[in-house]
Amino acid sequence: MSALVDLRNVSKTYVRGVQKVEVLHGIDMEIRAGDFVALMGPSGSGKTTLLNLIGGLDAPTGGSISVGGQRIDQLSESALARWRAAHVGFVFQFYNLLSTLAARRNVELPLLLTRLSGTQRRQRAQIALQLVGLADRAAHKPGELSGGQQQRVAIARAIVSDPTLLVCDEPTGDLDRHSAEDVLRLLQQLNRDHGKTIIMVTHDPKAAEFARRIVHLDKGVLVDDIKRPAA
Amino acid sequence: MKYLQLVLAALLRRKTRTLFTLLSVVAAFLLFSLLDSVRSAFAGAGSSVAGLNRLVTISKISFTVQLPKSLLGRIQAVPGVADAAYANWFGGIYQDPKNFFANEAVAGNFLDLYPEFEMPAAQRTAFRNTRTGAVVGEQLAQRFNWKIGDKLPLQATIFPQKDGSNTWTFDLVGIYHIADPKQQARENLLLFNWDYFDEARALGNGSIGWYVVKVADPATADRVAQAVDALSLNSDHETKTQSERAFQLAFASQFGDIGLIVGAIMAAVFFTLILLTGNTMAQAVRERIPELAILKTIGFSNGSVLGLLLAEALLLLLLGGCVGLLLAGLVAQALQKTTGFTLQPIVSSPAVWARSLALMTLIGVLVGALPAYRGLRLRIVDALAGR
Repeated sequence: MSALVDLRNVSKTYVRGVQKVEVLHGIDMEIRAGDFVALMGPSGSGKTTLLNLIGGLDAPTGGSISVGGQRIDQLSESALARWRAAHVGFVFQFYNLLSTLAARRNVELPLLLTRLSGTQRRQRAQIALQLVGLADRAAHKPGELSGGQQQRVAIARAIVSDPTLLVCDEPTGDLDRHSAEDVLRLLQQLNRDHGKTIIMVTHDPKAAEFARRIVHLDKGVLVDDIKRPAA
Repeated sequence: MKYLQLVLAALLRRKTRTLFTLLSVVAAFLLFSLLDSVRSAFAGAGSSVAGLNRLVTISKISFTVQLPKSLLGRIQAVPGVADAAYANWFGGIYQDPKNFFANEAVAGNFLDLYPEFEMPAAQRTAFRNTRTGAVVGEQLAQRFNWKIGDKLPLQATIFPQKDGSNTWTFDLVGIYHIADPKQQARENLLLFNWDYFDEARALGNGSIGWYVVKVADPATADRVAQAVDALSLNSDHETKTQSERAFQLAFASQFGDIGLIVGAIMAAVFFTLILLTGNTMAQAVRERIPELAILKTIGFSNGSVLGLLLAEALLLLLLGGCVGLLLAGLVAQALQKTTGFTLQPIVSSPAVWARSLALMTLIGVLVGALPAYRGLRLRIVDALAGR
């Protein structure tokens, strides 16, 4: 497998008022296509910042980030938005679904940015919902779904445009153990059966066990990188 | 169109708030349409009489200044004048001041100049031959359930009788009908004989309020108007000859500078609307920061988010504004039917629509601009982190 994500000497500094906070220090990391990486570490270790940089949600202060051979740290804001739409799917702790839209409409959102017709968008959204086991809840609004179901809708939204990379920030952080395992198994299935490269930030060692590789960060530096046998 | 669902979803997020905001927009544009129609009517009532076949001559000083009746013969002799008549505002009250309607003392040939006042020949003759005779429009007759032969007592507010009485009693001898719906407001009028009025009134004898001049050829209306006014040039009763519409509006403008009043009200209405809608939009966007961050996360550009937020404000304004204008059309029709004035009914003209649409767009952009700018400037990582 070739390196899909390539980080070289990446640093990130935030400025809060007059104070400068250096969150990441010279990170070097490669993530191969088809990998399932868990980013772990204590609060403030920089794992979410690193995830945001890989997902193109933020720009590094120094170093370079290449995804699929493209230097995303050099892209303009609008080019980065287009790149995210085409290559990255996002899953967050709090699902972040639009409360006024039914599940299928939420899943369709990324497809609004494509040239697909309304019928094609609906078909693809339905397939994505089928994949996460929620085809029968397509017409339900987020408020009518459980937390686990909402997160699965969020995963369907993340995969509907068939992105290369899935970035997940604490995807099970707001779920009970049973729902969390369902979601993790779903991610594992997407990685194993559909070849999706997944980078997941988690606090939970049990969640990390679903990944093939566990990377530990502490105080903005990589401290450990464990490759695990496929589950 | 594919983004419409997003715009609608955002507006329907808080249905009650959106409904009340929409209602305030409806109310503002209902008012605007009606008031702008009035303002346009006054602004457009210029002095041009070109192409008209009926003119009105009043005192150059003011509508309320009387003219000598003796001008009639001289006006009738002006080349191009087919006929002329005169009238005088009476201002009588029927039973209660709330029952207001226009009532005028008119010359015997007055109705000859108003062929649109349709009335059986026998009733016309009766009006000419009955000293205390009066005619009313169908709407007015229906309003008070009057029938021919009824005695109509009016209380004078300006002209007492020579015997000191303020009660003038008229015999209803005719009821006229106007076929043109646009003119039907003039069915709310009572006309009675000027001769009777002049004989019996205690003051102002021999004077009249205004002349109505029928022009033989509308193409010569301008020249005829100038010639009529030339009759009184440098006298103590100089005249101004104008269109009937300008005359009617001048009558209404006795109450004040209509343009200024209407302008001030409209400014206040829209200032309030901008504050109210702007605040609502700002609040709506503040509540949806995480949702906007998600849209940006999945690839919506800054421009798309800006466009969505502006579209929300515009849709709200256009929807509410158009409903307001349509309602104004209905209100204008109702006013036309019920008003006692012979003022032309106010209508939602294409010009009012054009101005309203421009205003809706302008206000939509104004109230949407700040929230949209906030959406544009939104940093995804900060918004997702709740900062």
